[in-house]
Amino acid sequence: MAVLNEWAFIGVFFAVAWVFPVLPILGARILAPHKPNPLKQSTYECGVETVGDTWVQFKVQYYIYGLVFLVFDVEIVLLFPWALAYNQLDLFAFGAGFLFIFLLADALIYAWRKGALEWF
Amino acid sequence: MEDVCSINNLVRCLVDGGMDAGLANFITILLGVVLVAALPLVTVIFLIWVERKVAARVQDRIGPNRVGPFGLLQSVADALKLLTKEDITPMGADKFIYNLAPIIAFASIVLIWAVIPFTPLHIGADLSIGILYFMAVGSIATVKVMVAGWSSNNKYALLGAFRTIAQLLSYEVPLVLALIVPVMLAGTMSMQAMTVAQQGMWFIFMAPVAAVIFFIANLAEVGRAPFDLLEAESEIIAGYNIEYSGFKFGMFMAGEFMHAFTVCVLLAVIFLGGWSGPFVHEVPVLGFVYLGLKTAFVYIVMLVLRSTVPRVRIDQLMAFNWKFLVPISIVNLLLTAFLLYIVRALGLAPAPNQATDFVANLPQTIVLFVGNLALVGVIVSMIRSQGRRQRLADEARLAESETEEPALPAGVPAGD
Repeated sequence: MAVLNEWAFIGVFFAVAWVFPVLPILGARILAPHKPNPLKQSTYECGVETVGDTWVQFKVQYYIYGLVFLVFDVEIVLLFPWALAYNQLDLFAFGAGFLFIFLLADALIYAWRKGALEWF
Repeated sequence: MEDVCSINNLVRCLVDGGMDAGLANFITILLGVVLVAALPLVTVIFLIWVERKVAARVQDRIGPNRVGPFGLLQSVADALKLLTKEDITPMGADKFIYNLAPIIAFASIVLIWAVIPFTPLHIGADLSIGILYFMAVGSIATVKVMVAGWSSNNKYALLGAFRTIAQLLSYEVPLVLALIVPVMLAGTMSMQAMTVAQQGMWFIFMAPVAAVIFFIANLAEVGRAPFDLLEAESEIIAGYNIEYSGFKFGMFMAGEFMHAFTVCVLLAVIFLGGWSGPFVHEVPVLGFVYLGLKTAFVYIVMLVLRSTVPRVRIDQLMAFNWKFLVPISIVNLLLTAFLLYIVRALGLAPAPNQATDFVANLPQTIVLFVGNLALVGVIVSMIRSQGRRQRLADEARLAESETEEPALPAGVPAGD
């Protein structure tokens, strides 16, 4: 029951949390003036009219960082159970964790040598 | 104590009053949620004032001092002004997501407060995976930036969003790697149990390197100087929230202030012992005071850093993360694991029934602290040798260009 209660709290929190930002935004809708015109609603670009589409293919470097991050994040999440049970581990489990972290370091060195971490 | 209805025995109180048990439970939870969520909302108004005052003092100004005593009501006045500002949705924007982004931005930060222990008795929800919850909810911040930047259909916003995403994703890695160390020390992921585990000795003394990495990575996560590339005014005007106006913009700003404060609270909970302090078990409310003091200390450090250091370039930002912070945090993790294993093998670790005793924790702390110092020494000497090599290379290049210099005017056509 106690454990369920904790998660019920999180559930209610998720249901309620969005009310806090929505209320003032709705309040602003009532209080604030609303006089749209095409010039006001055009895309802001320091006074110059915007040229071309914004939603285009983007520099690939950002995606490479995304991929490297993905590798790390998945591996790190797998490390948490090992860290959690660290006080009860025997030598074998200890070595296995070390091997896993070495693999993580290896991935970093690979990405480094391949030039994935260079900003160009 | 039995007769007094407080938040801790509200369920029993209501049931005794003749209410259905399920409903009583729900009302208690709802009340708890509103209380926990209201805390950051109230503090953020005060925080903006603190931030402006500290920044002003560093820059030898006075700061806000007109509205209310010491300018305390300045943020309230600002909020009221924002309420009456016209809310513009640009024509090209993707309307639904565009309006959703500020709500996500604000709500995601409020959600983190669910797992923060305020006193031995008061915590929103003591999840057994509190740390994972914090990381999962905290990384919703990445989503809000992408959603806001992409849906605005503005080139500055998109550029800012991409930059910010790259920054937030990258700094997530050392952040999480640094968090594994306190989990290993405490043997738990629950925030409350982690605070209890630090009653003997704060984790910052056992793992100072992890604490510093956690602090730096969090500076980047909340976009504070020197990592405030997401609002580089001189380059991309304001970044991902450039098209927002009125209270939606206010939501982004308030969310950012709150996020900065929230990570300070988390640092205080995970590394500085949270609510633990003298007499806290007799008078639980003291926990609020201790946690507040520790948080204020971290927050002031953050503010002074913000107003004193310059902004880094994006290539420096990425190189600093991937080539400095990530390797260090991996080595730090290995080192801590190794030292902990040795401590346990030698029998220096405190016995389970003495885990909260100061003296029993001392041997373990000394071993870990010396290990961390050695790591810092190695890092500093590596930086020094790298710097020396860099300087020698620069000098060699300079000398080379000086010998070539006489040849240069010869190439220039002789004038009149």
